[in-house]
Amino acid sequence: MYVYDEYDQQMVDARVADFRDQVRRRLDGSLAEEQFRPLRLMNGLYLQLHAYMLRVAVPYGTLSSAQMRMLGDIADKYDRGYGHFTTRQNIQYNWIKLDEAPDILADLASVGMHAIQTSGNCIRNTTSDQYAGAIADEIVDPRPYAELIRQWSTFHPEFSYLPRKFKMAVIASDTDRAAMRLHDIGIQIVRNAAGELGAAFYVGGGMGRTPMIAPCINAFVPIDQMITYSEACLRVYNRYGRRDNKYKARIKILVHELGKDEYTRQVEEEFKHLLTLNLEPPLAELERIKAQFADPAFASGLPDSLDLSDPDFALWVKNNTHTHKQAGYLVVTISLKPTGGIPGDASADQIRLMADLAAEYSFDELRVTHAQNIVLPHVQKAQAYALWQKLEAAGLGAANLDKIGDIIACPGLDYCSLANARSIPVAQKISERFAAKEQEIGELKLKISGCINACGHHHAGHIGILGVDRKGVENYQLLLGGSEGADCSLGQITGPGCDEDGIVDAVERATDLYLATRTAGERFLDTYRRVGMAPFKDAIYRKEPA
Amino acid sequence: MKILTGNDLKSGAVTWWTGEGWSLHVEDAVDVGEHGAEIAAREAAARHVVGPEVIDATREGDSVRPAHIKYRIRAVGPTVRTDLSLKRADPAAGNWVI
Repeated sequence: MYVYDEYDQQMVDARVADFRDQVRRRLDGSLAEEQFRPLRLMNGLYLQLHAYMLRVAVPYGTLSSAQMRMLGDIADKYDRGYGHFTTRQNIQYNWIKLDEAPDILADLASVGMHAIQTSGNCIRNTTSDQYAGAIADEIVDPRPYAELIRQWSTFHPEFSYLPRKFKMAVIASDTDRAAMRLHDIGIQIVRNAAGELGAAFYVGGGMGRTPMIAPCINAFVPIDQMITYSEACLRVYNRYGRRDNKYKARIKILVHELGKDEYTRQVEEEFKHLLTLNLEPPLAELERIKAQFADPAFASGLPDSLDLSDPDFALWVKNNTHTHKQAGYLVVTISLKPTGGIPGDASADQIRLMADLAAEYSFDELRVTHAQNIVLPHVQKAQAYALWQKLEAAGLGAANLDKIGDIIACPGLDYCSLANARSIPVAQKISERFAAKEQEIGELKLKISGCINACGHHHAGHIGILGVDRKGVENYQLLLGGSEGADCSLGQITGPGCDEDGIVDAVERATDLYLATRTAGERFLDTYRRVGMAPFKDAIYRKEPA
Repeated sequence: MKILTGNDLKSGAVTWWTGEGWSLHVEDAVDVGEHGAEIAAREAAARHVVGPEVIDATREGDSVRPAHIKYRIRAVGPTVRTDLSLKRADPAAGNWVI
């Protein structure tokens, strides 16, 4: 994985020193809050419902054991003993003290981490496939390209004050595990008929109050022009994106209002111009980065079978592991969704344990997933049982990946000052209600947001739940039919909303209908797409006999 | 009644205006009447508080209950982590929020 060179380290160290001085000046009154606020936000420090919240960047979700261990130590030393892994592959701490924030950034910098560009109208942390470099179905490891984007976008002077925040994702397989088409720019690394690498650009996707699926504006940009093309996409947006209305300021609105063809024409025109300026980083730099993502020293000749005689272990293997590109290895996902738990939360001890397990079983490497779980990407099959036993003992052995209990939920009104309703209690009730039948239900991606900003990706859930404020009372709308994958679709609202208990009942009615209606091999989403909204609506809103 | 809430500049803790200073406990909040904005500006300028906000509330016996659930959660803490609540010994705190 990528290790900071002296330039990277100098940049983050200098940033820590800058922020330490800014905090000092805020506390001594030299800076007023309106002057300080943009400075703290540029360092990922928000003022939330209960306290300051620090969002730490985890570039493309990749962490070393040392970095993960530091995240656990920070949770203990500066917070209240836990952290929250987010839908953007980052981690947030909820109880930060302002005067300690520079010390946290210094601790992060000591392991090559930071909180830069985790807020503000800039290019945010670039996300990627959590199985990158390990999964069998990718054409290349997408992370070097994501890292190149990180380097290009960090402190980019032209794109530090965009009309609105800007999110990019990079994948390199047809199976989209990063919700790529729901980003401002989604890039899929592809090969053309001649076997050359290129980047397919999807621009103008997003969730929030106006969800849109990004159209493909260029199916093949040569890989040695990827940054230049990204620059062209951003330049057109920076020039014409709306700054008069924050609700219409995202690039998806520009692409929609101009139309895909006109936006693409302008990008291509800008691209031609930029090519003459030689902005693209030299290929040697990409090669230098690629070398840092070389495969670990996989053992060869390992047994490729597993002893599945323990049924609980067998279930976990079935649900929480994927086929590795290297024989004898597995990709393991640790679910942070125990029954009745808080999605994405992990205690300091659990975070450190996962760091230790990565060191022992996965070449020192972990990934954060956008579904708020943790991946150990390279686990020997022969060691999987021992690993699972340790996870089980630490409350990390839930065998529910992509099941109804593997819920994405934003922090909601329990923590977030923007939220209208709580997300976590709804997630907990659903998790508990369906624990006994989640295996029978099979794959069902349920996602909950506490407000229209959609941090919980409710538009992309097979079942989505949106919390709204109805005259000061929490109310929940149900959506069906969303998907973040290669078959990307946006969920549709079923009808009137209901209260916290009512929404759990509504989910049960929807899943009961699915179980009664599905044909062999159909997932919930498949059944919904086959039969449509009407029967689900009838089931959800049917009147009980008096 | 109108009460004033904000966060302590240094610790970030949720605080409530008591008439003389800031308390961690909502029951100490006083009615600021029409003076909320003026107090907020003065206290923010003195760096005693950040993000001050005037909100609606009602007095209930010895306590003060913010009108909106958002501020009741602010007053107590996350409903899903009662171990971190300011009223961790009070099993009825959850009902008070809802």
